Amino acid sequence: MADGHEGGGLVIKPMDQFTISPMFGGDSVGMFTITNATFWMFMAVVAIILMMVVGTRGRAVIPSRAQSIAEVFYGFVYNMVVDVAGRDAVKFFPYIMTLFLFIFFANFLGLIPLSFTTTSHIAVTAVLAMGVFITVTVVGFVKNGAGFLSLFWVSSAPLVLRPVLAVIEVISYFVRPVSHSIRLAGNMMAGHAVIKVFAGFAAVTAVAPLSIVAVTAIYGLEVLVSAIQAYVFTILTCVYLKDALHPHH
Amino acid sequence: MEGDIAQMGQFIGAGLAAIGSGAAAIGVGHVAGNFLAGALRNPSAAAGQTATLFIGIAFAEALGIFAFLVSLLLMFAV
Repeated sequence: MADGHEGGGLVIKPMDQFTISPMFGGDSVGMFTITNATFWMFMAVVAIILMMVVGTRGRAVIPSRAQSIAEVFYGFVYNMVVDVAGRDAVKFFPYIMTLFLFIFFANFLGLIPLSFTTTSHIAVTAVLAMGVFITVTVVGFVKNGAGFLSLFWVSSAPLVLRPVLAVIEVISYFVRPVSHSIRLAGNMMAGHAVIKVFAGFAAVTAVAPLSIVAVTAIYGLEVLVSAIQAYVFTILTCVYLKDALHPHH
Repeated sequence: MEGDIAQMGQFIGAGLAAIGSGAAAIGVGHVAGNFLAGALRNPSAAAGQTATLFIGIAFAEALGIFAFLVSLLLMFAV
């Protein structure tokens, strides 16, 4: 996005890649416009369907390559749910699997050059995080009734400290969706902006080779970050779910 | 010297907010370093704690991302 030496200085616009624009003509974005965000979210869903439905169609005992990738994903998320949230959280496994796959594929499709990273928008991640927050709160109250409130009453602490801790716990509970969504969006946005900044330096001949090396290195880091952030979002969902199912400290 | 003082404040603020990224780096390094120190003492217990490691890193990193976000908001959104 760098326009080279324009007006004497290097112009780098790292945030232009996150602009939402209509995909098929027109210039106004309405409620039902097919934008690039819509398109790439749809592509993520298509990729998941390709892997999980078409890939496992054979149902072979000795899995094909596509099937074994799908099995790895399934086993990975299943073990995560059982290890972190406990065995009684398995009935939320489909929800957590959906979250993981969607974020994972949205992150990785965003790494394709000229594509659009849907998870870099707080609007997208906030919906996912609010979904988790509301689910966890509802599940907590349905499962434990008013006993869910003991999550905020740390019974292992000295009695004097408990009201103070309760205030802190309540605040930290309501900050969860904020940090949950901003962590994912911020990480994706930061990485892509950094790539763009380094790519912008390629306009200066003296540092162009260095900038290409830097872009390659940051891209490698971004591949790692994409996977880790999908993992972190899912594992935090599991942690929150564990709090809802077993609120007693 | 040209340009207005509001823009100068904006840029200085963005630069100051970027210090938070360095602070988050210290935090993440602390988590990972302590994990490695513990894991080398008792390698058999390390595998079970990788999830905790990533949760710890995520919490430390999130605050650095907040600082980065403030920086970006000052640069492009104000």
